[in-house]
Amino acid sequence: MDNEMVTLTDRQKKARRSRNIAIGLALAALVIIFYLATIAKFGPAILDRPL
Amino acid sequence: MALVNNRFDDQAFRMSEATAGDFFALLKPRVMSLVVFTAFVGMVAAPVTINPFLAVVAILAIAIGAGASGALNMWYDADIDAVMTRTVSRPVPAGRVTPHEALTFGLVLSVLSVMTLGVLINWLAAALLAFTIFFYAVVYTMWLKRWTPQNIVIGGAAGALPPMIGWAAVTGNVSFESFVLFLITFLWTPPHFWALALFKSDDYERAGIPMMPNVAGAASTRRQIFAYSLLLAPVGVAPWLLGYTTVGYGVVALALGVGFVWYAWKVLRMPDSDRVMRPAKALFAYSLLYLFAIFAAYLADSVVERVFALGGA
Repeated sequence: MDNEMVTLTDRQKKARRSRNIAIGLALAALVIIFYLATIAKFGPAILDRPL
Repeated sequence: MALVNNRFDDQAFRMSEATAGDFFALLKPRVMSLVVFTAFVGMVAAPVTINPFLAVVAILAIAIGAGASGALNMWYDADIDAVMTRTVSRPVPAGRVTPHEALTFGLVLSVLSVMTLGVLINWLAAALLAFTIFFYAVVYTMWLKRWTPQNIVIGGAAGALPPMIGWAAVTGNVSFESFVLFLITFLWTPPHFWALALFKSDDYERAGIPMMPNVAGAASTRRQIFAYSLLLAPVGVAPWLLGYTTVGYGVVALALGVGFVWYAWKVLRMPDSDRVMRPAKALFAYSLLYLFAIFAAYLADSVVERVFALGGA
């Protein structure tokens, strides 16, 4: 059964870790960008809503 | 049993060894830096301003869009990149990134960049960015590049559009002033790439790309380089002549234009027997300096004008 499993080489593990970190950072950046851009677009009106 | 649990030697199922750096290389960072700079100049030259954070977002979206078109170009051109010394170490021909990964990466970033620009800035800028990506990846890469020696003349429109996108991002429309900025890069592209094609003609020959020196010959290419330089020099000065900038920009643009014509003249006088082609290499290097310097001069002029306008207000 062990023969049927993929065993990642050190190089593949390192590459996957590098890609995972990059995707994580990109997603975090997108969240921050859309959050701040929403505030920037609305301006003070973002607080102006019916209670 | 899940696919990933089996051992596959097939390339289609191989575990990727591509690092984040390889994917970043797919974005053609050097081209992207030029796009960022010219788009930024287009934004600053515009008569109105937007929120600085939104301006940064717009520049980022334009940069990612340009990078996405670069990734699509590298996906499609992997076969010819593999036989050219200049491009053989790119991620796809070097085997670090599979063509499928490059295609997916390019498509995802294309959609993401256009949607971000549209939702957060405006849809005219987004439409221009989408057109630029389409023009570069489909019209230039898939059609013109392997078909006609006019490939980089027409395809140059894609590289020339970023200042117009920058302008549109700020103003919500396009103007003749932004079109002049487009025209400078558009007319700069043929002499820039043909200078490269002259001393890399063996590479292009091997790859079967119909660049001008390989189709019309070196002598005809040298004449056309000179002709485009004669067109570029006055267009570079046009923003001052049309009243968009001060005389400061005009003087710098004139000096840069004279320099361009001088280097092109030396290429024109280059004998057929010259295998080292120093004049062509010198023009190629100068053309990079020219584009950066003329846009930097435009930027400086716009900033100074704005500062004076604030001071006078």
